[in-house]
Amino acid sequence: MGTLRIIATSGLIRGLIGQAIGAALGFGFVTLIRLGMGLESNPEPGAVFGALTSVIGFLAGAGVLTDWSKWALGKETPLRHGPQPGKPEWARYLHVDYNHKVIGIQYAVTSVLVLLVGGIFAITFRIELSLPGMQFLTYEQYNTLFSGHGIVMIASILLGVGAMVNYLVPLMIGASDMAFPRLNAFSYWVSVPAAVLILTGMAIGGWDTGWVAYPPLSLIAPLGVQLFVLGFFVNGFSSIAGSINLLITVATMRAKGMSLFKMPIFVWAAVAAALIQATATQTVGMALLMVVTQRVIGLNFFDPATGGDPVLYQHLFWFYSHPVVYVFVLPGLGVISELLPVFSRKPLFGYRWIALSSLGIALVGFLVWAHHMFVAGVDNTLRVFFMYATMFVAVPTGVKFFSWVATMWEGKLSFETPMLFVLGAISVFLIGGVTGPILGNIPTDMHLHDSYWVVGHFHATMFGGFVFPFFAALYYWYPKFSGRMYKESLGKLHFWLMTPGFWLMSLGQMQIGLLGMRRRVADYDPSLGYDTTHVVITVAGLIIGWSVLIMAYNLISSARSQPLAGNNPWNSRSPEWQISSPPPEFNYDVPFEVVGEPYDYGLAGSVYIRMDPSSSGE
Amino acid sequence: MSNRKHIYAVSALVVVGAIVTYFGLTALYKLPVGASTEATTIDQMFGVYFGLIAFWFALIMVFMLYAVVVFKRKPGDTEDAAHIHGNTTVEILWTVVPLVLVVALGVWGATTLKALTSEREGEMVVRVTGQQWSWSFEYPESDNLVSGDLVLPVNQPILLKMRANDVLHSFWVPEFRVKQDLVPGRDTELRITPTDIGDYMLRCAEICGLSHTDMLAKVRVVSQSDFDAWVKENSLPAMSELSTEERGALWYSTQGGFACSGCHTVDGSAGAGPTWLGLYGRQEALEDGTTITADDAYIRNSILHPADQIVAGFPNVMPPIYEAQFAAKEAEILAEENLTVDIIEDLIAYIKTLQE
Repeated sequence: MGTLRIIATSGLIRGLIGQAIGAALGFGFVTLIRLGMGLESNPEPGAVFGALTSVIGFLAGAGVLTDWSKWALGKETPLRHGPQPGKPEWARYLHVDYNHKVIGIQYAVTSVLVLLVGGIFAITFRIELSLPGMQFLTYEQYNTLFSGHGIVMIASILLGVGAMVNYLVPLMIGASDMAFPRLNAFSYWVSVPAAVLILTGMAIGGWDTGWVAYPPLSLIAPLGVQLFVLGFFVNGFSSIAGSINLLITVATMRAKGMSLFKMPIFVWAAVAAALIQATATQTVGMALLMVVTQRVIGLNFFDPATGGDPVLYQHLFWFYSHPVVYVFVLPGLGVISELLPVFSRKPLFGYRWIALSSLGIALVGFLVWAHHMFVAGVDNTLRVFFMYATMFVAVPTGVKFFSWVATMWEGKLSFETPMLFVLGAISVFLIGGVTGPILGNIPTDMHLHDSYWVVGHFHATMFGGFVFPFFAALYYWYPKFSGRMYKESLGKLHFWLMTPGFWLMSLGQMQIGLLGMRRRVADYDPSLGYDTTHVVITVAGLIIGWSVLIMAYNLISSARSQPLAGNNPWNSRSPEWQISSPPPEFNYDVPFEVVGEPYDYGLAGSVYIRMDPSSSGE
Repeated sequence: MSNRKHIYAVSALVVVGAIVTYFGLTALYKLPVGASTEATTIDQMFGVYFGLIAFWFALIMVFMLYAVVVFKRKPGDTEDAAHIHGNTTVEILWTVVPLVLVVALGVWGATTLKALTSEREGEMVVRVTGQQWSWSFEYPESDNLVSGDLVLPVNQPILLKMRANDVLHSFWVPEFRVKQDLVPGRDTELRITPTDIGDYMLRCAEICGLSHTDMLAKVRVVSQSDFDAWVKENSLPAMSELSTEERGALWYSTQGGFACSGCHTVDGSAGAGPTWLGLYGRQEALEDGTTITADDAYIRNSILHPADQIVAGFPNVMPPIYEAQFAAKEAEILAEENLTVDIIEDLIAYIKTLQE
């Protein structure tokens, strides 16, 4: 079969066609009913129903629902593992596949693609902002671009977290796959039509509410806001299903001897993140549905004229959307903790403290949401409670920083690209860390709230807590999932462009924020002294953008041309490095047994796992 | 070098690093001029936080960079490093010290917040209204005084009672430091005592739709005598003393309370909505391809039902809230002056005067 034919008949393309058909059917159905009832012409109800049916169309077209439909009819469904029959290996990645490693790579590739889309949005409005006055965008376009940038990047980060967790956790705990392989495939594939909805919302007129969609603005915003809100909502299914799957996998499928405190530290981080996703996502889903239903069928939740309350939405929204930033950063911080011992040749300092600090951050993270509402009209008693809770997050976060530095102390450090990105991550997350408490304290926040200081702060936490560690993870596990080593020189070039670029960008953002630059504005007064810094931020943003393209080139080109990496190029103790690269279809041909500590580097004769339990004498 | 010597060396470097970071930070990171008593209080906290930022940043960065330089693996060394997996004393120390610091800062923040929000003697109330995309300010202590600029007497404690008409907005004058959202359906409060005579700018800090960027208002802090003079000059006359055209101009302005001027210019320049210059009798091309003459009926309908007939090239962003607002205002005038006015008629009369 030719390449084109394989792509054209792939699950992905069939899914997209299914989505188009589903959208047309749903839209037509509602519009015809409305015509029949003689209602005034309004495309919105049809668009909303069409958006929902389009997701079902995608899932049906792609084949996500096939096995479940057969179950409903009582038919046999053997769990199909392995390449698509009669097609080359790469075709697996375009089809519904139940292998967690395939799904992990599907997540990773989608994440990077979506990251590039969100990055193009950012670069576009950064160029607009480099000079005062409007250059080439209208207010409408500007508002749509910054709103789209926010939600698209969040989608990208969730996909990236899904990539790391899916690929790594079963390998690290010695499982052959996730507990529910079909649900795992659903978790990935449902995020694709969600992304399509969000991008369609931007294309059909956009919206101007930012990614937060606060009512009453979101109630009167253009039609695009509906598709964005529905895309956001549908993506929640991915988070909930994925996190439940992960929790059950870790709870029930660990290798013999792997007690909780003997799990690789990344698994702790993944569990902490999954606990948040499994319990908080519903709340934002409800808040988003309330916006949709108030717009379409007039249920009143947020209009004060008839008893609604606009602030209610903010509580529901941030009850998820604050903890979710820990979903973004905890796996990233887990990567830092995972890689530091390998490149320092020393045990992870304070393993239990780091493990428990992840849970601590996850739990305290549930009690801090109203700091996003410090100036929203919340009374003082509540504000003070949330202030203390917010500032307590600094304590477990501090534990992580101190433990990382102590791990490196008196180690034998080497600086391959993954380690460079780990160090970059610590430095950038530190910028985010030290600029956070000043936002957590109410009086200083009254000045900084909704300013560019906040923009600088959260970009530093997102880059330090997710982007840098995610890139470190891509480089570090690249030899494992591709079998070959990436090009070290290009990896280092990427690092030395991106790190100073990012420092300049976020430090510049905080500088003008302190001076009074507001968030989410398309223009600024040239007399305020922001001009130079805005140019610096734009140039730094461009450098970051180019450096990511260098990474993409490196990862694509190295897959063919680079030398084979071998099983364990980093000399790691972790289980996934003790098997072939790439790993076999079912990971471990013989189950392993945990017989030591995961990070006992420097302890003579110690091993973490034994591959053949029959020889252990037990 | 022994571990103890490394610790001495790195500690000295942390001190140097913290000092350098602090001076760098204070040189490059400036707050706007402080022009209120709140700014004085809050800036003290900024000062302490900058010191803390410099210290914690230097502590981690210097330790990390020291390790990078000093504990670099030598070429050809394949041995692992020392087997150190933790130290409970150190772990407890770096948990408890930040905890104590957090509580102390929290107490300071809570006390300061109380001071910033509690009632002051001799407060003057200003009612702030925000709507897409303009501000208006009402001075209840003076009869009939509504302004599009916020004018405040210096050293006078002010209580801003704020309300949004349509969507969320946020009151932020960076020189005053404090910020507060305006929420539809409920009053929010903010207390300010301006201390420096001068001109400032109020900028909406909460995304509020298309022209959020342009939702500005001039803020002038003036002496008490200048303020008294301004009040005298700007208080509105009785409605019965005004012609319909004059009333229309008033409703159009931010001073009149409806702020049509937020989106519609009267000089022919572009706004979020079509300009009113030469509007009456103009042929308007609509979005649906038809053309219409702007007459009384069209203008009335466009105010009451803005989404009905959309002029080509303009987004449909005008909120359908004016019918209710006008009715309330008309009832108020009827009650106060026993005068029946039709605000839309006033506006049409005003628009007729705006010929090119």
